[in-house]
Amino acid sequence: MKIIVPVKRVVDYNVKVRVRSDNSGVDIANVKMSMNPFDEIAIEEAVRLKEKGVATEIIAVSCGVTLCQETLRTAMAIGADRAILVESNEDLQPLAVAKLLKALVDKEQPGLIILGKQAIDDDCNQTGQMLAALADLPQVAFASKVEITDGKASVTREVDGGLETLLVTLPAVITADLRLNEPRYATLPNIMKAKKKPLEIVKPEDLGVDVSPRLKTIKVSEPPKRSAGIMVPDVATLVAKLKNEAKVI
Amino acid sequence: MTVLVIAEHDNVSLKSATLNVVMAATQTSKFTDGLVHVLIMGHKAESVVLAAAQITGVAKVIYVDGTQFAHGLAENVAAQVLTIAGQYSHVMFPSTASGKNVAPRLAAKLDVAQISDVTKIESSDTFERPIYAGNAIATVQSTDAIKVLTVRTTGFDAAIATGGAATVDSVAAVAGSRNTTFVGSEIARNDRPELTAAKVIVSGGRALGSNEKFMEIMTPLADKLAAAMGASRAAVDAGYAPNDWQVGQTGKIVAPQLYIAVGISGAIQHLAGMKDSKVIVAINMDADAPIFSVADYGLVADLFVAVPELVSAL
Repeated sequence: MKIIVPVKRVVDYNVKVRVRSDNSGVDIANVKMSMNPFDEIAIEEAVRLKEKGVATEIIAVSCGVTLCQETLRTAMAIGADRAILVESNEDLQPLAVAKLLKALVDKEQPGLIILGKQAIDDDCNQTGQMLAALADLPQVAFASKVEITDGKASVTREVDGGLETLLVTLPAVITADLRLNEPRYATLPNIMKAKKKPLEIVKPEDLGVDVSPRLKTIKVSEPPKRSAGIMVPDVATLVAKLKNEAKVI
Repeated sequence: MTVLVIAEHDNVSLKSATLNVVMAATQTSKFTDGLVHVLIMGHKAESVVLAAAQITGVAKVIYVDGTQFAHGLAENVAAQVLTIAGQYSHVMFPSTASGKNVAPRLAAKLDVAQISDVTKIESSDTFERPIYAGNAIATVQSTDAIKVLTVRTTGFDAAIATGGAATVDSVAAVAGSRNTTFVGSEIARNDRPELTAAKVIVSGGRALGSNEKFMEIMTPLADKLAAAMGASRAAVDAGYAPNDWQVGQTGKIVAPQLYIAVGISGAIQHLAGMKDSKVIVAINMDADAPIFSVADYGLVADLFVAVPELVSAL
């Protein structure tokens, strides 16, 4: 069984982004970029399935600018066998990415597609579900446990209030939640080996997909600032402030 | 045109998140000169239908009954909404685990973009939503004929649960998917208020040290304030608190009247989930912890001393 794992290049999760002064977006020039943390979890899960003998090949896919090749090399250093970059300078929104992935799913016929549950830049949480819809596949979003047997996946997912388990027939789309696993670090020898693994570059036109954005960003602004708070010396003062000043207890 | 709200429920009671979405829908309908309809897909969910029909602002409740809807499977729910979505200008879901699961599936079937976590309705096609863990607010405009949105419940007041008199229509259910089956669930039972709807939240971090300490220190405080209990990712990952208590970018987004952060340093991802709280209190040993930059009241103290002292002072 082949597994496709889409990965996204995003601003590193430790970076505190700044809004550009002209409100056109956030300033990502000269900012550290990394693989979206949820996508690392997705790759890790695919690699574990390969180590268990469930998967035979892992294909990492990224959609975006040329520099996304770095993200794909990281995915291959973790254990993906080959990579596909869908190269485009457009602002690729989830629907467009889902359509690109659908075209690749048609071509590669994977048994499973594992995505991260959301990207930490646009915070959309849409692509996996959209891909499942377009490819008419079952979906399990927010997975925290995956077991594959006899052409079916038993997947535990995180829901409000607890967990639920679904059984889906493969092929299926799964999106990874934080608790699915602890991603491994790429070792230096594996980073070197990843440089030799095949990386194919295609264009959206080659896949017959119109990627023009559906949503127009009118402006991006700073969130409202909280007014500066005060430090209290002891618990008694805290309680007094909460009772008399804030009036919340 | 009319706005459709997809109700969240457990077949017995209507979840309060639905009320916030109805409020967002009511605001939107003012721009579209339309009404607000609520769609309930469930199994033996008549009590939910009755509750929804009483919400102020709802003109019609549409009910679809079927065993395939008992657990809210995305495939079945999206297919059902798809049958009527064309009659609406907007389809709105709460931005909860179930709304986030279904809305993108529906949007893709309709070939429209989906707008996640809307916090403000500017007009019938323009919406505000937070990006980058809430560190920026994007105003986006949709050119699609049908807008599929998830609504951040803390961004809107709750619609009044009574006083409405909606008509109720039943419609036929579409067939369920054979490729997905519900196996079971483990839903924690507790008597505390729901985290996302609580007025007061007490939240603990890694500094609590163990599950036993977490419960021993935090439970009396939560009891005293009739508060919901939350946790940071560090506390959840360490096994001190259950996963569904996690507050943050990837957990729950809350905005209570009072949020008490105990032993939480305040990483960007945690702040994303709670910085819209009305009053934030931080209790931490480390005077340089980032949590103090958003706290209205900060106390630098050992939580193992300060929290019990706080409990007895309340």
